[in-house]
Amino acid sequence: MSEHEHANNSEDAAVSDLKDESAGIGETSGHPVAGERPEQVFEYARAPESRSVVHLRSSYGLFIDGAFVEPVDAKSYKTENPATEEVLAEIAAAGVEDVDRAVQAAGRAQKMVWGPMPGAERAKYLFRIARIMQERSRELAVLESLDNGKPIRESRDVDVPLAAAHFFYYAGWADKLDYAGFGPNPAPIGVAGQVIPWNFPLMMAAWKLAPALAAGNTCVLKPASTTPLSALLLAEIIQQADLPPGVVNVITGAGSLAGAALVAHPGVDKVAFTGSTEVGKDLQRALAGTGKHLTLELGGKAANIVFEDAPLDQAIEGIVNGIFFNQGEVCCAGSRLLVQESIADIVVERLKRRLATLRVGDPLDKNTDLGAINNPAQLDKIRELAAAGEAEGAIRWSPSCTLPSKGYWFAPTVFTNVSPAHRIAQEEIFGPVLSVLTFRTPEEAVAKANNTVYGLSAGVWTEKGSRILWMAGQLRAGVVWANSFNRFDPTSPFGGYRESGFGREGGRQGLGAYLDV
Amino acid sequence: MESEARTNVQGASGAPARPAFDQDPRPLPRTVSLGGPVLGAGGTVSGMLADLRRSESDLRRFLHGLPGVDQVGAEARAASLGTRSIKTSAKRWALEMAVSMVDLTTLEGADTPGKVLSLCAKARRPDPSDPSVPPVAAVCIYPDLVPVAKRALTGSSVKVASVATAFPSGRASLAVKLADVRDAVAGGADEVDMVIDRGAFLSGRYGLVLEQVQAVKEECGEAHLKVILETGELATYDNVRRASYLAMLGGANFIKTSTGKVSPAATLPVALVMLEAVRDFAELTGALIGVKVAGGIRSAKDAIKYLVIVNETVGEAWLDPSMFRFGASGLLNDLLRQRSKQLSGSYAGSEDFSIE
Repeated sequence: MSEHEHANNSEDAAVSDLKDESAGIGETSGHPVAGERPEQVFEYARAPESRSVVHLRSSYGLFIDGAFVEPVDAKSYKTENPATEEVLAEIAAAGVEDVDRAVQAAGRAQKMVWGPMPGAERAKYLFRIARIMQERSRELAVLESLDNGKPIRESRDVDVPLAAAHFFYYAGWADKLDYAGFGPNPAPIGVAGQVIPWNFPLMMAAWKLAPALAAGNTCVLKPASTTPLSALLLAEIIQQADLPPGVVNVITGAGSLAGAALVAHPGVDKVAFTGSTEVGKDLQRALAGTGKHLTLELGGKAANIVFEDAPLDQAIEGIVNGIFFNQGEVCCAGSRLLVQESIADIVVERLKRRLATLRVGDPLDKNTDLGAINNPAQLDKIRELAAAGEAEGAIRWSPSCTLPSKGYWFAPTVFTNVSPAHRIAQEEIFGPVLSVLTFRTPEEAVAKANNTVYGLSAGVWTEKGSRILWMAGQLRAGVVWANSFNRFDPTSPFGGYRESGFGREGGRQGLGAYLDV
Repeated sequence: MESEARTNVQGASGAPARPAFDQDPRPLPRTVSLGGPVLGAGGTVSGMLADLRRSESDLRRFLHGLPGVDQVGAEARAASLGTRSIKTSAKRWALEMAVSMVDLTTLEGADTPGKVLSLCAKARRPDPSDPSVPPVAAVCIYPDLVPVAKRALTGSSVKVASVATAFPSGRASLAVKLADVRDAVAGGADEVDMVIDRGAFLSGRYGLVLEQVQAVKEECGEAHLKVILETGELATYDNVRRASYLAMLGGANFIKTSTGKVSPAATLPVALVMLEAVRDFAELTGALIGVKVAGGIRSAKDAIKYLVIVNETVGEAWLDPSMFRFGASGLLNDLLRQRSKQLSGSYAGSEDFSIE
């Protein structure tokens, strides 16, 4: 069976000899093995994506007013590859003065060039950026995997294509704003200060920049301190596309300094933040009364609800995709599996069998399913919450897998016997940790799914269409996926309820966040 | 479908343990269920059959109680497995495994003894310049040519597979279909590739489909039975799953996607759904059923994608010519060409490999 092994013969990563210790999938090993030749195990050889496509510089400056510049006080920090702890580059740490320069440049560009420019002209720039992103997609994907730790399969097939798709999509809106549903001649807000997280560095940059630019705003983007590289490459692409100086500025550095200075700057008219609920709350407090526009996309603790009439094989895939996509470092991750009691045993059993085939290891190996955790602080948080889960009496399970000795790694983990009162059922873990709860009736599923301070996403698995529609109406979540999970599309608005934030990104609604309406 | 439509088909403990399969039904240690119908652990195929054959409606409830297949999800999973990157030693292993799994096929009105003889020569030794290339699994031909192939393959490991049962449409009376099978078996066929009655299946006469498979199985005697579902005519993955179960219950040693005469023939998601069916059937009954994908597989790259799906769906027990086959003709030379590229570092010309 496939759980027997996927020994990855790399020196730094292996999921070897995945014999399962629980009773869950023990029975699958009851399959008689037909092949008599022992060498018949289909062992995937290493298939690393080449790093040579990326030209890493030893140090990176700030992208302000169309040029890469040194920060005023010449401070810098190092960004590393979370899979190996190798230092990738020196990154400029912006101070208050640098933020001021960037905001001023953005203000000038908005008033003089980008705001007055006809939408059809702005569209040409956005289309050009999208096309260059496609042309340089391998470079972007490799860089993203290096800096973030996510598998190349995901950065190549999800992050980069979606980022380009957002530019293509909003390029199409730039000359059609009159028809976006906000009345005639909707005006841009002005300068947008955008602070983005480390889980989808490039994709989040695209989600923020594309609608803002299409609507006629200029931007100062602050990527997360641990993942600045793809945003800086995007800045290079923006240079290559000849975007007028100052329309997009990228400042790197710590959130507590550069990020805080950016959102507090009086020249910033609109703040868009994606990240933790904690920081989001601080932001909202800080901006109260300033008249600045604000949208927040914060945490989540999504319920993935599996009914007994679900398409079972696909539901298992959906559960895996829901919580192990991007190592579970996804705000809308399906971190709470709610499964109907009548099929709970078989779902858990099959889920474990499937997880034993997950390939954990080198993010640049094209066959890797689960990469590294982005940073040590996050790894500590995942470890702490997983320990809390055990301490509170939930049953912890992971497929047997050998994690690399260097880098930040956490094995895919499933908790069963989870009660809604447990911390692992309440708090966002932001890691590859699934909590399994059960329910008996659709009403109970809704009650449990909504029993959270968050409200970003949910999944419903059933072959009954009417139940999907009913559930979608009952669930307090910005996105409800039916018989799928973690699917994104630029045409579809994305955003949350309650402590998951407010405002929508994507679709026509996403323009509303960047128009003075 | 509603999950309350459940059939309790406990493997009737009183039923005689009739060996319906070449492999012994091997009971599994604990109760398993498909989420839909609940079956007793250690149930045997004969036990299941005894229960399901009580009435047409029992059979129908069982088939419609199987968990549904979500089309979007199944296709996404197959596509995702298709992105696996199989390189170097893994590629070489996969290419050789694929060669040994080929049912080298000719099914034309224009087939002659001469054509079949050259096919057999190719089957025994796919690459005359390299004796380390394994022979293919079988040749697959029409019944009247079975004696020719049988003589040509004497002393080799290559099996003779014959299509039968009014291939490819299956539109003939059971008597005619059985006569076709009898002819093939009398000629020495080791394997019989039958087609199911798609008309009966699509009109909901599942019992008829099952009976025909059983009757053909009986007629096969010692010969292995492959049951062709012709998935291109079944249209939905739910139907593919149900037809897979019917074939397996009826005594198939293999379930096979297509005749190759209908488009679409084999696809990755269809293979995925069928492999899930044999995996679940093995859990239910202990019986290991093989899968043959046929039609439209022309490149080594495609063949490797199928092997990846086999590997990650049912695992190593199926990575063997006795459990997985490719029905193809042109595929073989591409496998050889990619293999020689692996060994020599450069591509051979298309004329460097013999045509069959």
